[in-house]
Amino acid sequence: MSQSIAAGPFAHDRSSVDRIMLQVCLALVPATLFGLVMFGWPAINLWIITCASALATEAACLHLMGQPQRRLLDGSALLTGWLLAISLPPWAPWWIGVGGSVFAIGIGKQLYGGIGQNIFNPAMLARVALLIAFPLHMTTWALPAPLFSAGAPGFLEGLSITFGGMPLTDSMVGATALGNLKTELTLNHTADEILSKSFSFWSAFFGTTAGSMAETSEFLLLLGGGWLIAKKIIHWEIPVSMLLAVFVMGVIAQQANPAGYPGGFYHLASGGLIMGALFIATDPVTSPVSRTGRLIFGVGCGVLVYLIRTWGNFPEAVAFAVLFMNALTPLIDRYWRPRAYGRNARGKPLVAAKWTSQVKEVDKV
Amino acid sequence: MFNLVRRIQGGVHPDARKDLSVGPEIAYLPVPERLYLPLRQHAGAEALPLVKVGDLVLKGQLLAASPSEVSAPIHAPSSGRIVEIGPILAPHPSGLNVNGIVLECDGEDRWIELDVPADPFSLSPQVLAERVAQAGVVGLGGAIFPAAVKLKQGTRHEIKTVIINGSECEPYLTTDDRLMRERAAEIVEGARLIQHILRAYSIVIAIEDNKPEALEAMKAASAHHGAIEVMAIPALYPMGSAKQLIFEVTGREVPAGGRSTDVGVLVHNVGTAYAIQQALRYGKPLISRVVTVSGSCVKNPANLEVLIGTPAQTLMDACGGLIGKPAQFMLGGPMMGTVVPSLQIPVIKGATGLLALSEDELPRKDVSPCIRCSRCVDACPMGLTPLEMAVHARADDLDSAGESGLRDCILCGCCSYVCPAHIPLVQYFQYAKGKQDERRGTERKNSYIKQQTEARAARLAEEEAAKAAAKAAKKAAAAKPKKEVES
Repeated sequence: MSQSIAAGPFAHDRSSVDRIMLQVCLALVPATLFGLVMFGWPAINLWIITCASALATEAACLHLMGQPQRRLLDGSALLTGWLLAISLPPWAPWWIGVGGSVFAIGIGKQLYGGIGQNIFNPAMLARVALLIAFPLHMTTWALPAPLFSAGAPGFLEGLSITFGGMPLTDSMVGATALGNLKTELTLNHTADEILSKSFSFWSAFFGTTAGSMAETSEFLLLLGGGWLIAKKIIHWEIPVSMLLAVFVMGVIAQQANPAGYPGGFYHLASGGLIMGALFIATDPVTSPVSRTGRLIFGVGCGVLVYLIRTWGNFPEAVAFAVLFMNALTPLIDRYWRPRAYGRNARGKPLVAAKWTSQVKEVDKV
Repeated sequence: MFNLVRRIQGGVHPDARKDLSVGPEIAYLPVPERLYLPLRQHAGAEALPLVKVGDLVLKGQLLAASPSEVSAPIHAPSSGRIVEIGPILAPHPSGLNVNGIVLECDGEDRWIELDVPADPFSLSPQVLAERVAQAGVVGLGGAIFPAAVKLKQGTRHEIKTVIINGSECEPYLTTDDRLMRERAAEIVEGARLIQHILRAYSIVIAIEDNKPEALEAMKAASAHHGAIEVMAIPALYPMGSAKQLIFEVTGREVPAGGRSTDVGVLVHNVGTAYAIQQALRYGKPLISRVVTVSGSCVKNPANLEVLIGTPAQTLMDACGGLIGKPAQFMLGGPMMGTVVPSLQIPVIKGATGLLALSEDELPRKDVSPCIRCSRCVDACPMGLTPLEMAVHARADDLDSAGESGLRDCILCGCCSYVCPAHIPLVQYFQYAKGKQDERRGTERKNSYIKQQTEARAARLAEEEAAKAAAKAAKKAAAAKPKKEVES
């Protein structure tokens, strides 16, 4: 690319891609720290190994593709590894993290041409690949056992869970709220009954429940995501429309049949919805560029999340929903452009006649 | 989309840095030794020189005439002798030469006898517009479009509002601000003359709200005239662009591909209004202008009223010279101005500012791939998708680039300003627009050739047919008597 730039502007707002990526990572810190504390040493091991292998894969790919190694510092590989790590079951074995990272960076991102070129969100692509390939490991949910608490695994025990393939006993694992509901509904219990026994909104909201590494504390995720929206790193349209769509569908279904469907708040506080809405669906590379496009994208994600959670085979749906909408992004971008100045929504020039009239030819100078 | 409050879309808030130069009053520069006058300082055709080397000329004398409607004449900014007519260094990043006239000043600064009308308001709009054309006034906000062309076009349309553009949204520049503070009465009279020429119903003087003193001065100067509104508009780049300003002031959008007159509006810069007033009230042609000399490498940034053709170096010397290590010189503001190769270039009619910028005032140059963050889409005041336009422009796919917005792009640079990947978007767009012009030119040429060829073929066929007809007639005439004989 030519560096002898003759065209302006010769001013800049001093933003940069690496700063954007690092700010997103920063926004993930509270929820991640909380998750690491809640799930202890095995989670810390998995987080480190996943992020490190994402960076290593990126470095290897950049080398193979003959691209400058400084791209490694743009933070995008770290962010992908980070997002993947916190969406994994916290006590998953090390090869889940490494395999996921290699898949996310190598196939999900670099195979498409590297940063900015991928169609699908790499972290979610890897998560779905893992879920389909290793369904058992990807749905074994450790119960929260905060670091240094009585039942929590120590450092060495943590190492043997992550690296030694130590089998988890029944007392260590449990079901997520979504998984539990799914199983219980098939046993002909009503949604009210199940939830009143096993679900508490506030404990789900603050995150003392089973789930992926850092998706459990909706409160801290909202804190980080809200900060990103305030800093204009992400746009508000996708999270708001996605969450609203899930919530509204949940409320409508519950009103129609309280026995069969849990309410909107249950959905908002469960699974990876908040994390997905704030950190996954908002990935700029794979989401539309216009405001209307983003609203459509968000509503689409939300509706799909609800449909898959309620009637699909998997209790969790965010990854599938986001990937599906990623595939539609080029189409949305094509048909929902912003309205250009002086044109109508369909791109035709506005008509001038109503504002002024042509003065008679005779009057010409 | 949710435009409940009328506000232009997009736009950016670049670091204004106007405090550098806004303090001191406009200073006058003494007449320099030599003036360098490019023959094209305006949009349109190059002016034709009327003088020859060795001629003695007086201040204000016509040196080069405009050959066509869209052009502007050039006058002598001071008295002296023509020493050269030929290539001079152009105020352009290329560092190439353009045709120009070099005037050696005698220092006496003697005016030619000026034709001063008794009362310009008693003259007809046509006469006044013609006088503006003869005074060589062009748009002084940087667009350098001949002012008279706009005025004459305006008389063909019903103009409801004349907007006097005092927004001055480019960073660093303070010429319009100082001009409004110091010469408000003249600007108001200029605005009223424009209104008189266009027979417009009202005047709106639009000034960004970061210039309270200018707003005050203009309000005071226009208070005793009816139908003049001084309007404070929010400080936002590119508020000074005609399309954005018209929307902000009137709520109307100029249709794509149309002109301001389509919505009953005409926009003139405050500097242009001042120059028009000088031309119509005092008969003075455009031979000087106010220039902001600023940037962190200028010792004493200031506004100077300088003769057109003064070398940039003279301006810099008058401001105390350079300090630090300037990385780049520019004519105009940093957003839309042009890079100039050195300070040897002369001040031209369109030079709003002369900037000497240091390395840390310039953007970073490390370009990285687009991450589709859509900040450029948010920032675009025209509602376009610059990231897509850039993809098409890079691939030389001009049709798709035009389709995705290049046809509406005003090259304001908001997209490049916010791009976190530092992609030189405007550079791509300028390139693609240049290519488009080239292609249009070729198409026009081809269609002309085709037209001519077809005309020739038609003419030949016609001649052939005429010949054949004549032959047939002759034959018939020859055969006729025979028949008669036979019968």
